Amino acid sequence: MDILNDISVAGPEVLLVAVGLIGVLIGSLLKDAFNGLSRLLGALALAGAAFLAAGQSTGDAVSAFNGLYKITPFIAFAKTIAFGVAAVALLMAGEYLHRENMNKFEYTLLILFGCVGMGVMLSANNLMTLYLGIETLSLSSYVLAAFNRDSRRSAEAGLKYFVLGALASGLLLFGCSLVYGFTGFTGYEDIAASEQSLGLTFGLVLILMAMCFKASAAPFHVWTPDVYEGAPTPVVTFFATAPKLATVALLANTMFTVFGVYEQSWIIIVGAVSAISMLVGAFGGLAQNNIKRLLAYSSIANVGYALMGVAAGEVNGASAVLTYMTIYVLTSLGLFGVVLAMRRRDGQVESLSDLNGLSTSRPGLAVALTVLVFSVAGIPPMAGFFGKLLVFEAAIQSELYWLVAVGVLASVVSLGYYLKIIWAIWAKTTEEESLQPADSMVAVSIYGTTLLAFPVLVIWIGTIVTLINTTTAAG
Amino acid sequence: MQDVQPLVLDYLPVIIFFVFGLALCLAFLLLSAVLSPSNPDPEKNSAYECGFNPFDDARMKFDIRFYLVAILFIIFDLEVAFLFPWIFQVDAGNVEAFWSMMVFLGVLTIGFIYEWSSGALEWE
Amino acid sequence: MQLIAFYILSTVVVLSALFVISSRNPVHSVLWLILSFFTAAGLLVLIGAEFLAMLLVVVYVGAVAVLFLFVVMMLDVDFKQMRKGFADYFVVGGMIGLALLAELAIIATAANTDQVRNFDPSPGADTNAEALSNVLYTDYLLLFQMAGIVLLVAMIGAIVLTLRHRPDVKRQNVGDQIARRRENAVEVLDVNPGQGASIRKENEK
Repeated sequence: MDILNDISVAGPEVLLVAVGLIGVLIGSLLKDAFNGLSRLLGALALAGAAFLAAGQSTGDAVSAFNGLYKITPFIAFAKTIAFGVAAVALLMAGEYLHRENMNKFEYTLLILFGCVGMGVMLSANNLMTLYLGIETLSLSSYVLAAFNRDSRRSAEAGLKYFVLGALASGLLLFGCSLVYGFTGFTGYEDIAASEQSLGLTFGLVLILMAMCFKASAAPFHVWTPDVYEGAPTPVVTFFATAPKLATVALLANTMFTVFGVYEQSWIIIVGAVSAISMLVGAFGGLAQNNIKRLLAYSSIANVGYALMGVAAGEVNGASAVLTYMTIYVLTSLGLFGVVLAMRRRDGQVESLSDLNGLSTSRPGLAVALTVLVFSVAGIPPMAGFFGKLLVFEAAIQSELYWLVAVGVLASVVSLGYYLKIIWAIWAKTTEEESLQPADSMVAVSIYGTTLLAFPVLVIWIGTIVTLINTTTAAG
Repeated sequence: MQDVQPLVLDYLPVIIFFVFGLALCLAFLLLSAVLSPSNPDPEKNSAYECGFNPFDDARMKFDIRFYLVAILFIIFDLEVAFLFPWIFQVDAGNVEAFWSMMVFLGVLTIGFIYEWSSGALEWE
Repeated sequence: MQLIAFYILSTVVVLSALFVISSRNPVHSVLWLILSFFTAAGLLVLIGAEFLAMLLVVVYVGAVAVLFLFVVMMLDVDFKQMRKGFADYFVVGGMIGLALLAELAIIATAANTDQVRNFDPSPGADTNAEALSNVLYTDYLLLFQMAGIVLLVAMIGAIVLTLRHRPDVKRQNVGDQIARRRENAVEVLDVNPGQGASIRKENEK
């Protein structure tokens, strides 16, 4: 049967939808008794989806659903990491949600359906599939950002995200309709094969803008610090990891496959967006005292570095982008784990000065945070350094020397705020009581990602790069 | 564009209806403005001849439940919109389209069960 | 005839859209919005997409616009206050608007007549609705089911964000009412004259 084949190709998403629907039913029956259990079920489903996607990352490119859906090894690899990271982010949320009175099973459901959207948009082989995937992810994200509805800041974050996200969706649709109007096609292969026209270029630019918004690349980044600051920390942990990797991979994939022929039109735009993001992320972060805002600027800068790999083109950049984002989201998971662990007896704290004297009060956490911060700053010998090296190398191969210069400058400037964190941990002292011990799952992911950042990923960096190289080459 | 011409002819009654409606509205407005005697004075123009001035604005905080009901209505309104073209396929005996719609309805029915059990349809 | 209808309708669409953003009273804005929905539906009829035209009227005018009207008429929002920052943003916003307008103009001039495509509103079928139904449930199965998921997410989201149970509201519990027996509801006391009866409180049972 045709349909069974389609379902097996879209296995990861079908699994997530099935578990999501079962979750809605169980939640309706058990109500609050399902809250804790739902996260376990959701994490299992996400891990299963990651496993299924991993199985696809070694095969050939297959399309399904009448050519609306296509899976390539590149996409399958991105999905594996995204779903896996989402599973960990979901488990990390547990204790926090319980403490802050947000323990509802809907949280899991929204993450699950958001991941379905993520998978569908990554596998899109048609502009309509792309739109529906992005919309499913965004819709769940808006609700998640406002999940703590009794907090003014969370509601504000949700509203800001929603209004600006709706604008970006409008741009995306406008771009899609221009592309359709000028080529007569919505399928990716047909668009790639049709003759170039000015209308198509404008459509491409509008689609690119919308994707940059979703990936929070400057100058479409304005929502990021506010949303990261206002939204509940576990939600931000999710935002900064799985969807971030997915949107950057989506942007790279769309540019490479659909608009690969028009490389000359978008390389300069992606390059400019990359440069602006790196600079905005580097200089914007300097003035921040709130750790979540600071990490927001850090993520803007990091998307900039990843886009540098996209600007380097498919041949040189594809595997660099994927490697960079993989290392970044793993590190980011640990960093937000630390933010989740910043808790005193009277509640969460998120100011930079709350890290003062961490080296004496919680030496283990201090060492972990130091490793993670060095990794995200790209200081050798941490894993983040190798990620950065790869994208710089890709950009040099494509002779984008100016972009590499901007990248190096931004790295040096952003060291300013990364060192501020290190300084607070090791050199400052405080009168305040020490932080409460981290929740078990949070501690596991902090120390786990620390070990990944140094030394696990570093030792096997060669293997990982070869692995990603073969998957991207096969696509 | 020529081939669509008959379609517009189908809509001729609608166009005539709209033209008449518009003409009638304008006629009433114009005639009453022109023919009626107008002799304003401040007392007649004031809002009301007895009673209080309003205490506060007519707008007020409103129970969010009204919006919840309205949004849930829109969702099912859209579901019905998908059902309309489906009848052609049912008529043609398209089995695949039939089950496709059953899955779609199943998903929304699960949503409806959730809605019901969460108490969103009850008015406290 | 058709060309005249197109120009009349599109002029009304553009003008009413302009009034949506320029009218001072938000209720008027929504009414203009409804007018622009109606005329846009008229445009869809002109190109032969009757089904979409009717959907626009049913969904947007019938449901969405009414919800908008509901919000602007009822909600406690000071619209004068909201307009205060308008001048500050006008320059930047105007520039972005001009850039978009210029883009549209460039595209419009670049579109040669040979590039103009005539899209058939109902390929291979008599009506627009039938043409849609021929592909929507089978060829575009994935999109159709994803639309269902989007609606489900919207449903969950709306309930998560807005539904609150008030603990102080007294609700009828039919089961409790039926399960109520004489023994735990009525107490017969022998009241001696001059002493009165001491009534036990409900929660002491």
